[in-house]
Amino acid sequence: MKLEILHELNAERAARRPAILVTDTESGEQRLVKAKDFAGDPLRAELEKQLRMGKSANVEVGGRKLFLNVYAPTAKLVIIGAVHISQALAPLARSLGYDVTVVDPRTAFASPERFPDIPLVAEWPDTALPPLNVDAYTAFVAVTHDPKIDDPALLHAFERGCFYIGALGSRKTHAKRGDRLRAQGAKESDIARIHAPIGLAIGAVSPSEIAVSIMAEITAVLRLPPKEKEEAA
Amino acid sequence: MLDRDEDILKAAEDWQKAGHGVALATVVETWGSAPRPAGSSLVINDDGTFLGSVSGGCVEGAVVTEAMDVIQSGKPRMLEFGVADETAWNVGLSCGGTIRVFVEKVG
Repeated sequence: MKLEILHELNAERAARRPAILVTDTESGEQRLVKAKDFAGDPLRAELEKQLRMGKSANVEVGGRKLFLNVYAPTAKLVIIGAVHISQALAPLARSLGYDVTVVDPRTAFASPERFPDIPLVAEWPDTALPPLNVDAYTAFVAVTHDPKIDDPALLHAFERGCFYIGALGSRKTHAKRGDRLRAQGAKESDIARIHAPIGLAIGAVSPSEIAVSIMAEITAVLRLPPKEKEEAA
Repeated sequence: MLDRDEDILKAAEDWQKAGHGVALATVVETWGSAPRPAGSSLVINDDGTFLGSVSGGCVEGAVVTEAMDVIQSGKPRMLEFGVADETAWNVGLSCGGTIRVFVEKVG
């Protein structure tokens, strides 16, 4: 690998921007394709598919054997609310490979006893969220049921373009939330991005089952092609 | 990829900049129950120091030896390890899988 390519690849990784290294395994020839350049690339379909799957693979194009090595950032999950559901959600998400952080200003909730080994920030979202570097590789869920905590957090998630935004609450609760967020300047398209009621409809009852439905929904958004995604949601 | 590995590529860059000969070995194909998925990599420097893994420990020794040649020659090579291969069996990919590993020089 040429040093320039390695250097560029490391810069993309440090900035949490996905990239794919394309290697001709016979000649050793290589090029790096950054995610922003996928659209204009002759291998566009293959690149997009492998990135979505987060999986490296071999492809044969015009008689050349190419290895596509996918470098995608570790997905993050930010959970607003150190509630019962979060106690099940945090370890589940971690087992799926997410970097998990739980935010809740209520110290009685955000206690290490309730969340062993999970990074906790017992601050209001305005203070807690900026240092977390919430980005397009972040899934964001708001589950406190308390507008004072959930609403500012959701506004932050809109701004950062999280790949998934979910919020707990019935359709009625969600309609009221929409009104409040609109009043605080949220766009209609932002509000439409919220998955609410949160999680896939699997009839979840217990906190652990709700956690499964949330992670199933997040996985679908992360992995499915756009068309199938709509059908699943 | 949801990657929690030690930062192999960062080490590759740092070692190269520190004046080492460096090779990168990457799993490009797997069959059967191979222990590490395609894209897993191992970085090796001319001291024989290495970081990362391509097989969870089974064939690293052989890969490091080949990497030394690649650092010398600068020519990439493709290695294959599996049960069908007598030598590979000797170095021990005993899980029953087969892997192909691409070894290239860095720089």
